[in-house]
Order: sequence, then structure tokens, then C-alpha cells
Amino acid sequence: MNKKLLLGAEAVAVAAIDAGISGVYAYPGTPSTEITTYIQNSAEAREKNIHSRWSANEKTAYEAALGMSYSGKRALICMKHVGLNVAADAFINSAITGCNGGMVLLVADDPSMHSSQNEQDTRMYGKFAYLPLLEPSNQQELYDAVKYAFDFSEKISLPIIVRVTTRLSHSRAVVVQSDKRPQNALNPSTQENSWILLPANARKNYANLLEKQTQLLEESEQSFLNKSIQGSGNIGVIAFGIAYNYAMEIKTTHALDCGVLKISHYPLPLKTIEAFVKNYKTIVIAEEGYPIYEELLPAYFPHTTFVGRLTGALPRMGELNPKLLGESLGITLPVHHASSDIVVPRPPQLCQGCGHRDLFEELNHILEKYEHKHVFSDIGCYTLGALPPFNTISTCVDMGASITMAKGAADAGLHPAICVIGDSTFTHSGMTGLLDAVNDESNITIIISDNSTTAMTGGQDSSGTGKLYDICKGIGVQPEHIHLVVPIKKNREHNIRILSQEIEYKGVSVIISQRECVQVAIRNQKKS
Amino acid sequence: MQKNYIIAGVGGQGILSMAAIIDVTAMNSGLYVKQAEVHGMSQRGGSVEAHLRISDSEIFSDIIPLGEADCIIATEPMEALRYIPFLKEHGTIITASKSLINCANYPDKEVLDKELQNKIHCITIDADAIALSCGSIKTSNIVILGAASHYLGIEEDQYIQAIETLFASKGADIVSMNICAFSKGREYKN
Repeated sequence: MNKKLLLGAEAVAVAAIDAGISGVYAYPGTPSTEITTYIQNSAEAREKNIHSRWSANEKTAYEAALGMSYSGKRALICMKHVGLNVAADAFINSAITGCNGGMVLLVADDPSMHSSQNEQDTRMYGKFAYLPLLEPSNQQELYDAVKYAFDFSEKISLPIIVRVTTRLSHSRAVVVQSDKRPQNALNPSTQENSWILLPANARKNYANLLEKQTQLLEESEQSFLNKSIQGSGNIGVIAFGIAYNYAMEIKTTHALDCGVLKISHYPLPLKTIEAFVKNYKTIVIAEEGYPIYEELLPAYFPHTTFVGRLTGALPRMGELNPKLLGESLGITLPVHHASSDIVVPRPPQLCQGCGHRDLFEELNHILEKYEHKHVFSDIGCYTLGALPPFNTISTCVDMGASITMAKGAADAGLHPAICVIGDSTFTHSGMTGLLDAVNDESNITIIISDNSTTAMTGGQDSSGTGKLYDICKGIGVQPEHIHLVVPIKKNREHNIRILSQEIEYKGVSVIISQRECVQVAIRNQKKS
Repeated sequence: MQKNYIIAGVGGQGILSMAAIIDVTAMNSGLYVKQAEVHGMSQRGGSVEAHLRISDSEIFSDIIPLGEADCIIATEPMEALRYIPFLKEHGTIITASKSLINCANYPDKEVLDKELQNKIHCITIDADAIALSCGSIKTSNIVILGAASHYLGIEEDQYIQAIETLFASKGADIVSMNICAFSKGREYKN
């Protein structure tokens, strides 16, 4: 018996290797990154020649996985919740094409927004695409669910979504591995009509997808991931995914007589729910995410009282925990030691020796003389330029938005229209925006703060390393308005001069402010 | 048997290594383990915490319920204080005495010490000094772990084994430095 102590994310990786994948496709994003890094570092994965190089973004990752599936082999795709917005076009349409080799999409949601800009719930996407979604509650279940998902995917010829949240992805427990499956042989799809989504084909495929829903529902009804624990009291809890852990924690610690129904497999198994609901007067709906089913269930069961996030029994937003589940069941957890009011927040900050620091100092100096001090920025370590002592940046919305927002602001007449984007974010979603700006001859100054890594998520390889100058030139930025600067103290005057001059140039200029990430430098030094 | 520990500190202080050592000892002792940790943004010099739960029966919640932590093990005193609502009534804090001040309005040292000592059974250790005597200040976290080990209900040789396993890839010197740090931490009397 092979026992391992694994993070939820690592359990996904091990399960995918054991399920016989030929490739993992992903772009780094907390809390999903460790899945791919585990596979990249696995000797077994190397031996099996499993593809694991990072993709430029989630959409390219999804499409490459779809191509691998088309060819008959199994592929895993990993991303954080907002990454699925980027991949959504490929994702939704892959439900219409269906798949050939097994295809599993792992999405890591981040309720409470520990490291994200929203807490969107991927279960919505499952419904939206009419695809099955699994939401395990612990590491062993996660391992088992991922392996099952590959089998199920091949059986039903559809991609399967597995949803985890930060708490499961970043929590460790002992996982027992089961049998290893061989990888699939090359076996390209011959169902060409199903892959060519011309309207006539798409209509047929969509009807086919709708027809499969009955089978998907049957699979949910008998899923090993759902579990019903009957209680003798008037209250039942329907706990979705990881909420089951908190419900059971409270039930067992406080010897409550409530029933608990765990739902971890969608589409929603209504018969299972009906059999449970009829035994109780009141049902607490505990969803780790949006109150999706709390909104729907009362219509199915008009004689039952449902409480949850919509009624105030649980908070409308944020991650659940034992305290909150306890309160929804009438239990107040004791606090023996009240919070101390001398404790102050300790926010994250840019590392000492980080090039973003020098860049922000240079920019702040330049902006002193302007009335409009706006810097459009993006997602990465440099977003910390929003905090003291810098307070430099004005926006952070979605990957790549810095360039296009600066362009729109310049269109509106704002000057200077400056943006700061990281190297990895630039190749993820910034290049197309740069093309818009070049074609429009927008009066913007783009600073690519290039630390040659995807730093925020722990220093993964960045797709554009060594290519940024050529990319910008190729997209059409005038070579005399592309500059390479090194943000260190002794270059400060020089860099300020270049930046000031390009801010005043009426057109697109790109300054590549290039200095290796200090964390990566330390790591490389240790290696050598 | 169920034990709950919060391990707290600042990004870069080795919180996750401390947790990993306890995890391995617990797994090798045949116990259930759950350990929730913080990655991502908070690692950039921000607060870092791990919730660690060990039990001889199934553990449900990855997060320790309020008021149920047996110990808070911290590499920084204000970080120890941050999590006190999780502490049991007669729980213990084991913390490094030295403050790491990288944020605004850090409390006055005397006020902080008083707050820690007045309310709770608290053991403070000059972990850096002990770590230095073992050859590297980087082993401070393991000194704290050594001092905390009395409260964790696991045999001493289990820790030594776990340290040997986890640090093996870093070479014999690092292993012996960490074993020294653990042992001296364990001998420490407040």
C-alpha cells in the first residue's frame, strides 16, 4: 500500500499520473500551481514522457489538452477559477465537441479571495456548459475523484470538471494510491463531424449533449462521492463539497442529532436529495461558494424550510468554517482568549532587492510633475505597488488589462497613460492589447516589468523570457521607442530620463525594465 | 486523542518546514493528519499560518475550530498573539522572543510581552541565539519546534528521524545543525 502525505493539489497530480495522462496543460495560478509543479518534478512523469511545460495562458492550455484528447490520449488541465474565464470559449465549446482521450479540467476556486480578485464559483460553469462536476471534500476523495473522472470522461466522451477550493488544495493529509493505468496509444478521432462546429454539426452535437444529461444525472445519483448520514432531529444539513467537513466537525464534536447529506457530484442528484429532505423540517444549505442550489431547491420542495447564505444563517460571502457551520446549527464555539487589539495587520510586500521597487520609485518621481498620476497595472507581484510606501498603481483588474485600459484612457484624452505589466502577464494576455494600441497609434507608455519569471505564484518559467523585445518589435512598436533598462539604484537617473522622454512621445512606447526576480536568483545560487 | 496546533510566523521564517516535520512524525506514528497552510500572496513577508491537526480517529475540518488549539507555536511574538482566539482555555504558546518589525504600528515590545505573559501560559525563547550556537540562525524555527515538542505528545526520536528524512537532500551538515537546534530547543527551560 503506497501511502503519501500530500497537499490536495499534489493528490490531483499523483492521481493524474496514476490515471495514465500523457500531458498536463496549465498556467500558474494560486491555488492550482502545485499540481503542475509536482508533475514537472516527478521522475515518474519524466520517464513516461508526460508533457508538463507551462502554457502561455489558460486558453492555450485548454486547447492543447483538447488536441491531445482528439489524438486519443488523456490530458489534465489545471487553472485557478478566474483562469477559466480566459479559457471559457474553448471550455464551453469542448462540451459541444466532446472528447476522445479522457480529459479532466481541474479548477481551484478561492472563496474569501485569499489571492484572487473575486470568488466566482466554478460550479456555475459546470451548469453553464452542461458538464459533470466533482467537488471532493478531502485529499483521498480528491485522488479517487480525479482517477474516476478520467474513466468517466472516456466512457461518456465529455470533459469532466473537478472543483477544489484553496482550503483543500493547500491542505495536507495522507493519501493511499490505487492501481496505475497505462497511458493511451495514439488513436486520433475519426468522428470528424463532431469536431467541426459548423452550425449544422453543432446543433446535432448539442442535442447529443442534452441527451446525455439523463446519463450524467444517473451517474450523480449513484456517485461514491455523495454520502447520506441520517439524523434523529428536525434539522438536516446539505453540505456541498468541503462544507461537509465543517458540518461533520460540528456534528461529531457536539453530538448533534442533525442529518448530513454530502453532495460532491453534479448535475445535482435530485432523487438523493428528495430522499434526504423529506426526513427534516429545516434544511441548512452549506455551499462553499455561491448559494446556487439554495436558490433552486425551495422550488422543488415547497414544504421544507431552507436556510443558508441567502437567509443569513450563513454569511452571504466568504469561506465557510466550523464556527460558521456551528452558528447555523445553534452552536457557539467558545472563545477563551479574546483577540488582542495590539495585533496589527502584516500585509505582504515586495521583497528587498526586487526590481519592481526601483521601478515604482522612478515612476513616483516622474509623476510628481503631472496633474494626472494614474498608472494602469495588472496581476502579479507588482500589484503590491498599490500599497505603501509606493502607492503607485491605480488599477488591477484582470490579466492583460493594464495595456488595454491605458489605451482606452489615452483614447479618452488622459495623459500620461502609463501601464505596468509583468513579463508573464504580458505574454499571457497583453500582446493582443499591444497590437490594438499599435494599430491605433495610441499615446501610451507600456512598462514591462520583466523579472523573467512568474514570480507571484512561486517563480515558474515565463513564456516570454528573452523574447520580449522581438515580440514588441514584431507587433509593430517602432524600434526607437523600445528600450531596455535595468532598475537598479545606479541607473536611476538614466531610467528616469528614458521613461520621461517616452511618456512625452506621442505614440506607443515600450520600456522593458529588466531585472531577475531576487527569489529566483537566490534559488539558482543555491542550486549551483 | 486529538491535538490541534497553530504554527505561525512571517513568510520566510520556515513555518511550513516546522509543520512538515510534525506531519511526518504523526504519519509515521500511524495517526491521522490534516494540515492547512497558506501559500501565494502571504508569503511575501506577510503573516503565515498553518493549522495542524493530529488524531487517532478521522479528522473532518482542515481548519481548527475556534477555542480548540492546544498550542500556538510561533516564530514571532506578535504572530503568536494574532491567533489566540483559537487557543484552548489552558492552551500554551511557545514563541521566539525576537520581533520582526516590517509593518506599520508594530506594538511596543513591553506591551507585547505583557499581553503574552499576562493572559496565557507562554514560553518565550531567544531562538536566534540558540540557533547561532548550532551554526546557523536559519535553524531558529527548529529550536522553537524542539521547545514545543514537549507539548505535542510524540516521541523525541520520531522528530530526529523526520528531520533526517526531510533535510537529507540538503546534506549532512544541515541535518546535524537542525538536530542540534531541535535538541537544544527541547532542553530549553523557560
